[in-house]
Amino acid sequence: MLAVEGVVTAYGRIVALRGVSLDVSEGEIVALIGANGAGKTTLLRVISGIQPIQAGHIHFAGESIDRLAAHRRVAKGILHVPEGRQVFGPLCVEDHLRLGAYLRKDAAIAADIERLYARFPRLKKSRHRAAGNLSGGEQQMLAIGRALMGRPRLLLLDEPSMGLAPMLVDEIFDVIIDLKATGITVLLVEQNAVAALAIADRGYVIETGAIVHSGTGRVLLEDPKVRASYLGL
Amino acid sequence: MAEVLQFCFSGLTVGAVYALVALGFTIIYNASDVVNFAQGEFVMLGGMVTVALAAAGMPLPVAAVAAVGVAAVVGVALHRLAIEPARGASPVGLIIITIGASIFIRGIAQVVFDKQFHKLPAFSGDTPFAVLGATILPQSLWVLGGTAAIVVGLHVFFERTLIGKAVAATAANRLAARLAGINTTSMMTLSFALAGAIGAVAGILVTPITLTSYNVGTLLALKGFAAGMLGGIGNPLGAVLGGLMLGLIEAFGAGYLSSAYKDGIAFVVILVVLFAFPRGLIGKRSAERV
Repeated sequence: MLAVEGVVTAYGRIVALRGVSLDVSEGEIVALIGANGAGKTTLLRVISGIQPIQAGHIHFAGESIDRLAAHRRVAKGILHVPEGRQVFGPLCVEDHLRLGAYLRKDAAIAADIERLYARFPRLKKSRHRAAGNLSGGEQQMLAIGRALMGRPRLLLLDEPSMGLAPMLVDEIFDVIIDLKATGITVLLVEQNAVAALAIADRGYVIETGAIVHSGTGRVLLEDPKVRASYLGL
Repeated sequence: MAEVLQFCFSGLTVGAVYALVALGFTIIYNASDVVNFAQGEFVMLGGMVTVALAAAGMPLPVAAVAAVGVAAVVGVALHRLAIEPARGASPVGLIIITIGASIFIRGIAQVVFDKQFHKLPAFSGDTPFAVLGATILPQSLWVLGGTAAIVVGLHVFFERTLIGKAVAATAANRLAARLAGINTTSMMTLSFALAGAIGAVAGILVTPITLTSYNVGTLLALKGFAAGMLGGIGNPLGAVLGGLMLGLIEAFGAGYLSSAYKDGIAFVVILVVLFAFPRGLIGKRSAERV
């Protein structure tokens, strides 16, 4: 479904990705793990079109999307939940969900908002509150909810558990497993590598802008080199 | 008492124009982080284009609508041709671009129109109303009413329409707006068009009172900027309050001190605001949690 081939990108003179290739098949959860600064976030940014690429190709559902603007990739079903939640501070919860469906023209938007409220009751309780005043966990749910309103085929999740209390982390991982059950493909970047690999079908390990290991979640979890370097086991 | 009331009326009338200029600053600043010193040129275009079209035989309301359209198109051109190509430039660089654009627009206006002062007829005659011993011109009521209508209209646009919310989202978090599928460049262009149109409305409403010429924009931009600073840059409500306050301060300053200092007052206000409360009266408070 998603094929990244030899992608290179840089921030000014600092090369962030030096020829990254990766595949995600429909319906999979793929985890991307690696140290800080390895290029995990950058890889998600080039897939969603926030960061331009200098070489390589990105194909989505059989089409080249290399030169497509970010909002056109959203229209194709690539939704990116960025690191640090990035809510619209002064806008209320309901506005976020409505804006998540900004490009949709169908009649099911209101029903989808209600479905989301059923899944995330805490958002319903805060539906008219400004997002900037929500707790970190609520903001993360809201960021995911906003992306879901765009009817994703591929969801890019960047550090969804960062800075959350352990109970909320479990809740986020439950949500990701639910997403898979509804047919959404997920590419997941996580500091919490053990938890990410445990729910992932496959994983990639990225190091200084290049993929250095890949395999099924279980194989990576049991690989002694991966365990020592990335899982702290 | 009558004197105080008289200063209030004239102060609020001028202040409403400052408020509209400050609103233009605010809308563009929120969407794109650009401080647009060509904002006064939109006011000038509103007045001058209406005068020119009316002189060519067009009915006043039609000429006024056309002038608003012209200013909106100029706003779009300003964004597309001058601001957007310089994306990523420093804030100071962008400010200088807008100052250059304002000089350019003024130069073109000087060539296309002329260097004379022009007047429009008052919309509802020139017979002043007497209110508690003071007088108020019917045109002042047009200025105040027009300003109120724009403020209400903007509120409805930002709070009740999806596209208005998309502009607000772009202002709040550009990255997240792009990731929600919002074409943020279009939202910025729309903001420039909106600011242009609002500026033009101000110019049309006030021309029967203050006259207009190709170079009225410079001072108005500075006054509007002072009003925006006073209210807290980036805050629409602050822009309106700042504009009205600046108008009142000017009117009372000119009345009780000396009208020679009238134009200096705005700059004293800028200095006081920057020294005493740099975020303005209603500073933009950030509500973000990490």
